Amino acid sequence: MTRRDFLRGSLAATLLPGLQSAPQAPPDSTRRGDPLYDPSVVQERALTTAADNDPVVQAVERRLKCTCGCNLDIYICRTTDFTCSYSPVLHREVVALLAAGASPDAVVAAFVDKYGESTLMAPPPQGFNLAGYLLPGVLVTAVGLLLAWVIARRSRRPEGQLAAVTPGRLEEALPTDRLPDLPPIPNPGADERLRKALQEVED
Amino acid sequence: MTLLGQFSLWLAFLVAGWGAAVAFLGRWPDRPDLARSAVRSTYAVCASLLVAALCLWKALLSHDFNVEYVAQYTSRNLPLSYVFAAFWAGQKGSLLFWATILSVFGALAQSLTSRRHESLMPYLAGVTNAVVAFFVLTMLLSANPFERLPFTPEDGRGLNPQLQNPGMTIHPPMLYLGYISITIPFGFALAALIAKQVDSSWIHAMRKWTILSWLFLSAGITLGMWWAYVELGWGGYWSWDPVENASLLPWLTMTAFLHSVMIQEKRGMLKRWNLGLIVASFLLSIFGTFITRSGIIASVHSFTQSGVGYFFLGFLIVAAIVSFTLLYLRWPLLEPDAKLESLASREAAFLFNNLALVGIAFSVLWGTLFPILSEAIRGTKITVGPPFFNRVNVPLGLFLVLLTGIGPLIAWRKASLVNLRRQFIAPVLTGALVSLGLVVAGIRDLYPVMAWGLAGFVAGTVGQEFWRGTRARRRMHGETIPLALGRLVARNRRRYGGYIVHTGFLVYVAAFAGMAFKVTREVTLLPGESAEITSPYGHTYRLTHMGVSQYPQLNRFVSAASLEVRKDGRRIGRITSEKRQHLDSFGRPTFNPSTEAAIWSDAREDLYVVYAGTIGGTDQASYAITINPLVMWVWVGGGILILGGLVTMWPGGPRITRRSPSEVQPGYSAVLAGAGVGEDGPP
Repeated sequence: MTRRDFLRGSLAATLLPGLQSAPQAPPDSTRRGDPLYDPSVVQERALTTAADNDPVVQAVERRLKCTCGCNLDIYICRTTDFTCSYSPVLHREVVALLAAGASPDAVVAAFVDKYGESTLMAPPPQGFNLAGYLLPGVLVTAVGLLLAWVIARRSRRPEGQLAAVTPGRLEEALPTDRLPDLPPIPNPGADERLRKALQEVED
Repeated sequence: MTLLGQFSLWLAFLVAGWGAAVAFLGRWPDRPDLARSAVRSTYAVCASLLVAALCLWKALLSHDFNVEYVAQYTSRNLPLSYVFAAFWAGQKGSLLFWATILSVFGALAQSLTSRRHESLMPYLAGVTNAVVAFFVLTMLLSANPFERLPFTPEDGRGLNPQLQNPGMTIHPPMLYLGYISITIPFGFALAALIAKQVDSSWIHAMRKWTILSWLFLSAGITLGMWWAYVELGWGGYWSWDPVENASLLPWLTMTAFLHSVMIQEKRGMLKRWNLGLIVASFLLSIFGTFITRSGIIASVHSFTQSGVGYFFLGFLIVAAIVSFTLLYLRWPLLEPDAKLESLASREAAFLFNNLALVGIAFSVLWGTLFPILSEAIRGTKITVGPPFFNRVNVPLGLFLVLLTGIGPLIAWRKASLVNLRRQFIAPVLTGALVSLGLVVAGIRDLYPVMAWGLAGFVAGTVGQEFWRGTRARRRMHGETIPLALGRLVARNRRRYGGYIVHTGFLVYVAAFAGMAFKVTREVTLLPGESAEITSPYGHTYRLTHMGVSQYPQLNRFVSAASLEVRKDGRRIGRITSEKRQHLDSFGRPTFNPSTEAAIWSDAREDLYVVYAGTIGGTDQASYAITINPLVMWVWVGGGILILGGLVTMWPGGPRITRRSPSEVQPGYSAVLAGAGVGEDGPP
């Protein structure tokens, strides 16, 4: 193994490599478990199927809102609020449509037809909704450009007015017991101000 | 006791009304006795509301179920800490909590503020009294916590299970404290406008209050994320819920203020902007309260829908009209003392930082209100959820991270090219190396790579500032590195506390980006069966279902599903997720069963498991398993952020003095900044 390979491997191990998902067949559930002491206090669930973990199903469900009023998408609702009776039904609808050969976009369109535009977790970026998506960015960009233009105009002043001092590496010039010998300053009394500034640091 | 509580509320309202009226209408500059009365009314209101608060606590702790609020939010078997916390669990109690704390803050502001600002204090008393009077009036007319039932139930309904979490005892109060304490800077701002004392003295008077408010909001938001993560069971901590957004809005504007106020202190600029930011922060805190309590926007956090929302809407409108009218009337007095001279200056960097922060605040507000706007204009209901907010806000957020790194590197007034080159080399290299490392490691997702790269850039900036400051002290005083570092921070608390805050922020950003790589899986397992899930780092977790135990515990019946966890073949322990059916003291179910997630954390990722339910009423269990990368760093980042805020506002340290433009030599300014000494960094 070359040093480069080693470093690359180490980096990959310590930082984030690409997603890896372990494929795992659902457990064989022909065997039943032992009854609970009080099953009424635990929600009844259906056996997990391959569709439940299908990334395409999950991606579609993340685009659609659960109709129970929880404000969550179908995927989060069905895997979080286990008392919700709506999200499992909607999940089955998504799975059925995909199984019937519909594309993810077609599934989403079918949901919009059935439940209205509010079933989308984000409005489609078209028409009036574009204002929702673009206005903040456009405003920030416009104001930023305006600010830059105004400041740039103000800064167009003769160079002489902004007396520049050749900067040096201050800390290298700083002895422990006295102030450094800085380049000449065209402003009388500047030494004193510098001393004050350094004193401020000291304080 | 409830009678005393009622009486205290009425007394507080009358005295607060008197205090506000005297402060604003009493022509107190000619009547010092009225001025004193306005100030003293603040203390009287505080005493009255403390009595009212004690009365409600007494009713809660003595299980006086004849009081509607007590019956609604507690039960006999509710653990004591939650009975105590039930004070702010409901609409009515939280309004009393708000009014009481505001009156305490108002009294503290009166007693702790230097006598140099004496001329502002009656007006401050007027503002705080007016706000307290509004809250108390709202309670008296629409949400009285001392309201009695026509009968006395045997037991109360109990507290919502999701609120029976340690986070509940501290997250809401922290957030309330943040919202409430904004009233003090707002009061100072209005006082300065009314008294026509719009120089920087009002800023000195209320600076610590601003940081305190920001600190409480930061702590409240972080604790809210933690509570959502451990309690709600969805495997995340931020969902762009309207109420979450409402807490973020004033935090953003306060953060903008904490940066821009330095430009006013140093250069006498942005006076109007700073006043506008304080007013906006206060109005946004009231807006957040309006959203939470009106039910106008669907949210998982909302209190029961009630008429209280209309009170807040009315108050919001009145406060906005009064504030902006005052600002308009004093506009000519708020001329800047200096002009921005260069794009390559710290002032410009702070200005763009403000633009990014206010831009994000606008974007969040816009997204929160867009459904209402869409319905009003198009007649179509839409949902604006996380995909919308992520799409709009992530680019703005990355811009903000970039500016967080740039700001401290540039000198005041104007930086030279040499200065810029010297300041930027190390941070830019750090950011570039981090980005390159991630790309080499195989990460191709644009936003996470940008976020981590920019976080590296900010880390480079902060590290360079600390290193140069420490090195300068070592050379000047011959101190050891730890001593030099300690004294550097101790003697420049505002500046280096600010850098610590920046560190917390970059840790946040890095942690948030990690969630782009979360992995989820659902499984059904019989006892003894196992499932595997592979994390984004390539580690394989093997989870073996150990069975389900059921037992009574405190005020609930618990169904606990346990899993043995192995990571890459090595046993790391047993985790347990629970279903909890809460019961009243007669054993009757109170709410739907709730879920407690099982979380196993390390520095790189969280294994987050939720017991979803039973198959056929047996111990065959359905689980939702999630691996969330870098979550621990969200809490670490929050802690660092709060630590930085505490360092910044710790008493003592040198006063930041404003220098007139003629006093500051740009060349020396650049040299000093280049050396990492003598200039103010973040607040």
